[in-house]
Amino acid sequence: MHYQVDSWGYHMPARSIGSDPMERVVKLASESAVVIFSLSSCCMCHAVKRLFCGMGVNPTVYELDKDPRGTDMERTLMRLLGNSQAVPVVFIGGKLIGAMDRVMGSHINGTLVPLLKEAGALWL
Amino acid sequence: MNSPSTELPRSMAIYEQFHHISRWGDGFDSNNTGSSAIVPADVGLKNKAEYISCEQVEPSISDQETNKPTDKIRRRLAQNREAARKSRLRKKAYVQQLESSRLKLAQLEQELERARQQGIYISGASDTGCFGLPGTVNSGITAFEMEYAHWVEEQNRQICELRTALQAHVSDIELRILVESGLNHYCNLFRMKADAAKADVFYLISGIWRTSAERFFHWIGGFRPSEILNVVVLQIEPLTDQQHLEVCNLRQSSQQAEDALSQGVDKLQQSLAEGVASDLCSGNYKAQMVDAIDKLEALENFVNQADHLRQQTLQQMVRILTTRQAARGFLAMGEYFHRLRALSSLWAARPRESG
Repeated sequence: MHYQVDSWGYHMPARSIGSDPMERVVKLASESAVVIFSLSSCCMCHAVKRLFCGMGVNPTVYELDKDPRGTDMERTLMRLLGNSQAVPVVFIGGKLIGAMDRVMGSHINGTLVPLLKEAGALWL
Repeated sequence: MNSPSTELPRSMAIYEQFHHISRWGDGFDSNNTGSSAIVPADVGLKNKAEYISCEQVEPSISDQETNKPTDKIRRRLAQNREAARKSRLRKKAYVQQLESSRLKLAQLEQELERARQQGIYISGASDTGCFGLPGTVNSGITAFEMEYAHWVEEQNRQICELRTALQAHVSDIELRILVESGLNHYCNLFRMKADAAKADVFYLISGIWRTSAERFFHWIGGFRPSEILNVVVLQIEPLTDQQHLEVCNLRQSSQQAEDALSQGVDKLQQSLAEGVASDLCSGNYKAQMVDAIDKLEALENFVNQADHLRQQTLQQMVRILTTRQAARGFLAMGEYFHRLRALSSLWAARPRESG
């Protein structure tokens, strides 16, 4: 059981912060400029990682199969995307960009690079 | 013996028939009542004289002489009738055999023609190990083949329409409609391919549905977007500086996306090879197969992403260019693929050196 953070005075079990998988996803996503949730066995995840590296961006990657709470987070991401596939999913500047098709689409229509620059992940 | 010509008219008619039969009978061995030759149904007799004397018996001309050999004649007649009946049955069986063989032949010819056009790709045939005749026909792929043939025809028609419209200097509004149709037509192709990928992704990946020259440039189930941009850009000059910049960015971003997808597919290949090749010496491979099937399903995802990239690139191209430039762009693209297809035909038909 976890508790909502209403007031700073409340004593909460150490486990409660981020034990809600959605909270954890959001927290991790906002900690770095570019965050990729991935599975180490997933080849499409490998492709999206290579895309960013090829652009000179250094993304923070979370391999959910190596994470103890990974399964819950996968489920959350599936719901978030409305998709049967949880990964790969990309956040830039804490904002959800989406799965591979969204990422590629935004790169092609020229909106990805400004977002990356805005998040400080890319310098001209 | 009375001459046949003096008989009653009925007998004359019969004689005509019999005269015809005697020609059939020329090659016969008179003892061989069971020959396999086709004998007309009505008359099975070989002996003229006996038949005519039979006629003489029936009208019961009171001629006592002809009553004596009646039993022998009757027996002979019965035997001949039996022989004729057996002959008819054999003929019927033979004809039925011919008919069904004819149908089978027509079917095989049709399949062969299809296979020839596809380069002997009959879905699953080589996979199931029975080469030559199809195992199961994949209806999703068959449907795609037909639709794609229509798609190419429509594409050719659209190219002609674009060329005519550009030469006739029609208004931008009319050109806009043609450009939208062109873009839509490609979107239809990607939709068709999504269904085909579900049916059999290997079919799309192999490129067997395209002509040989097109296949030379094949990349993850279709054309490479950056290559097409290179082809088109030369045809749509002059561009403004802003357009030049945007086109360069588009070329670069599609290139980067292509590289990313290629690396993903390479990783999939590597992963599949490692999985299939694990524990080769044990000879037991069930677990490996299950694992491999899961990996292969990821391939469908890659083909879909590649098509998505193709669509996005075309849409961005239309956004960057003016209507007239976009029309020239679609014309250039269509003509380019048309020439590759024509090249394939020429190549296939070229005269080879003999000996």
